[in-house]
Amino acid sequence: MLTALAITTDGLVYAAYLFIVAIGLTLIFGVMKILNVAHGSFYAFGAYGAATAVGIYVDGDVNAALGFLFMISFAMAIGVVMGVILERGLLRLVYGRDEVVVVLVTYAVFLILEDVIRLIWGAQSYPAFQPMVSAGNVEIGELVLSNYDLVLVAIAAIVAALAWWALKFTRYGKLLTTVIYDRETAAAFGINVTLVYTVTFVIGAALGALGGAVMAPKISVTLGIGVEVIVLAFAVVAIGGMGSIEGALVGALIVGLCRAAAVHLAPQIELFVIYGVMALVLVVRPYGLFVRAQPRKI
Amino acid sequence: MFLIAAAAAPALPDWIVSLATIAFANALVVLGLIVMWRAGLVSFGQALYYCIGAYTVALVARRTGFTDAIGLIILGGMAAGLVAAVVGFLLARYREIFFAMLSLALSMILYGVLVKSESLGSTDGFSVSPPTFLGYAPHGDALGRALYWLTLGFGAIAAVFVGGYFRSLAGSLATAIRDNEIRVEFLGVSVTGIVHLKVIVSGVLGGLGGALAALAIGHVDPNMAYWTTSGSFVFVTILAGAGSIAAAFVGSLCFEALRSLAADVMPDLWQMTLGTALLLTILFLPEGLGSVVARLRRRGGAAT
Repeated sequence: MLTALAITTDGLVYAAYLFIVAIGLTLIFGVMKILNVAHGSFYAFGAYGAATAVGIYVDGDVNAALGFLFMISFAMAIGVVMGVILERGLLRLVYGRDEVVVVLVTYAVFLILEDVIRLIWGAQSYPAFQPMVSAGNVEIGELVLSNYDLVLVAIAAIVAALAWWALKFTRYGKLLTTVIYDRETAAAFGINVTLVYTVTFVIGAALGALGGAVMAPKISVTLGIGVEVIVLAFAVVAIGGMGSIEGALVGALIVGLCRAAAVHLAPQIELFVIYGVMALVLVVRPYGLFVRAQPRKI
Repeated sequence: MFLIAAAAAPALPDWIVSLATIAFANALVVLGLIVMWRAGLVSFGQALYYCIGAYTVALVARRTGFTDAIGLIILGGMAAGLVAAVVGFLLARYREIFFAMLSLALSMILYGVLVKSESLGSTDGFSVSPPTFLGYAPHGDALGRALYWLTLGFGAIAAVFVGGYFRSLAGSLATAIRDNEIRVEFLGVSVTGIVHLKVIVSGVLGGLGGALAALAIGHVDPNMAYWTTSGSFVFVTILAGAGSIAAAFVGSLCFEALRSLAADVMPDLWQMTLGTALLLTILFLPEGLGSVVARLRRRGGAAT
């Protein structure tokens, strides 16, 4: 019973983190048809930015909640700036090329940014545990949970709700849906597709950075954190269906719970299980759970 | 070209020989990627076959005491080919990004398994016993040279076979598949079958490359299956371009040279160098470095 509860809570926390990272990836893919490997860099920059912000506010003796907000906004601001630079400066030049070629472009960017991180922050690791410590713990029965983890789940829920609301009920969301559905027709109706692209990419980048920021206190911020997260986010997005927001949510829950179950019950298959589930889902539903097969065009 | 490279070996310093051995071993994997690239497919999981080839060699040598290099390498290629044949049933149904992602997932599964296998040395991997060559058991420099020649030999054989494959019906249909799959099916050809064959061919090549690399490095570890390994193979493919077979070998040699140069001069900026080179190639040389040679040759031909 205790194990089941632990699996559920661990799984939810892990799923929350995966969802925040994956929703940015899936949003960018859905709108722009770009599988953005550089999303791992957004995550890493977010984490490093958050670690820097934590360093600043711990020195400055600020209220913990305000400090947390400062940390998040600082990281997301980095994400926004990077998103604008990348989309306007580079990706704009390769629209219309093969999808696979664009993946390689983002892969190149990812490689470059890995070393940019090393240049800016150096090779040492940055602890940023203060928000996690100041959040304290809560006990549910015999299980001790960190309040910070609860905040993480809440943030993921807020992001999900906001994304849903923005897509269904705002003007921009409706424009976005149109562009996702058919880019050329949308352009023919006078929608500024270029602007939609830029805005989407920037939002996606900011979400990636947010993922890094909220995870920074839970991990040691060090070189190479982007490498691992990008394949995990791919797995989540592939399971749910690329470009589908509901898919990212369900995919994150599946991966989160499976991993938590593996960690508690059979630790030796921890890594295996995530990709095993992904391969299994793709065998049954080639385009993921929430995307229908496309009709083939001659 | 292979003969020149083989004849040059005694004159070259050791570090060039070992660098070239690794480079040509990796070139086989790149050749496998070129086979798929011709049909518009990119695999981000080629490290799967590379790693299987390497681990087959290492395991067979350790468990059975069988150390003949040629036999081991052929075993490595066959093991990888077998795996490719099995996963090919699945992979051949996918295209574009989905193909890339699924192959990525498969190689990450292998990585996950290897990292957690204590008996296989977990993340550290284990070392490969020095091979023999049909009873001849060299040491030190002589071993390095022997492996170099062996790699060249396998490279030459693979180049001939892949060349023949490109000229065959299945090989020449690749470009057609890339351009319009449905029309190819209207010709009465099974596209899935052709793609499956491509997966197997590139799997065997990947396995051979991994087996050679395992012998040359003398060590295997799970990182051989990690996605960044696959990434660097894709990188070389883009750099070299899918135009010719020779490009795979030259491109791979350039890559290894660049890598050791960057490691000496600016160890912290290696990935940035890589990324920049990749970006510039994609933006300005979409057909790869091989296309420059072809273009020069055409221009030279027009002038005379």
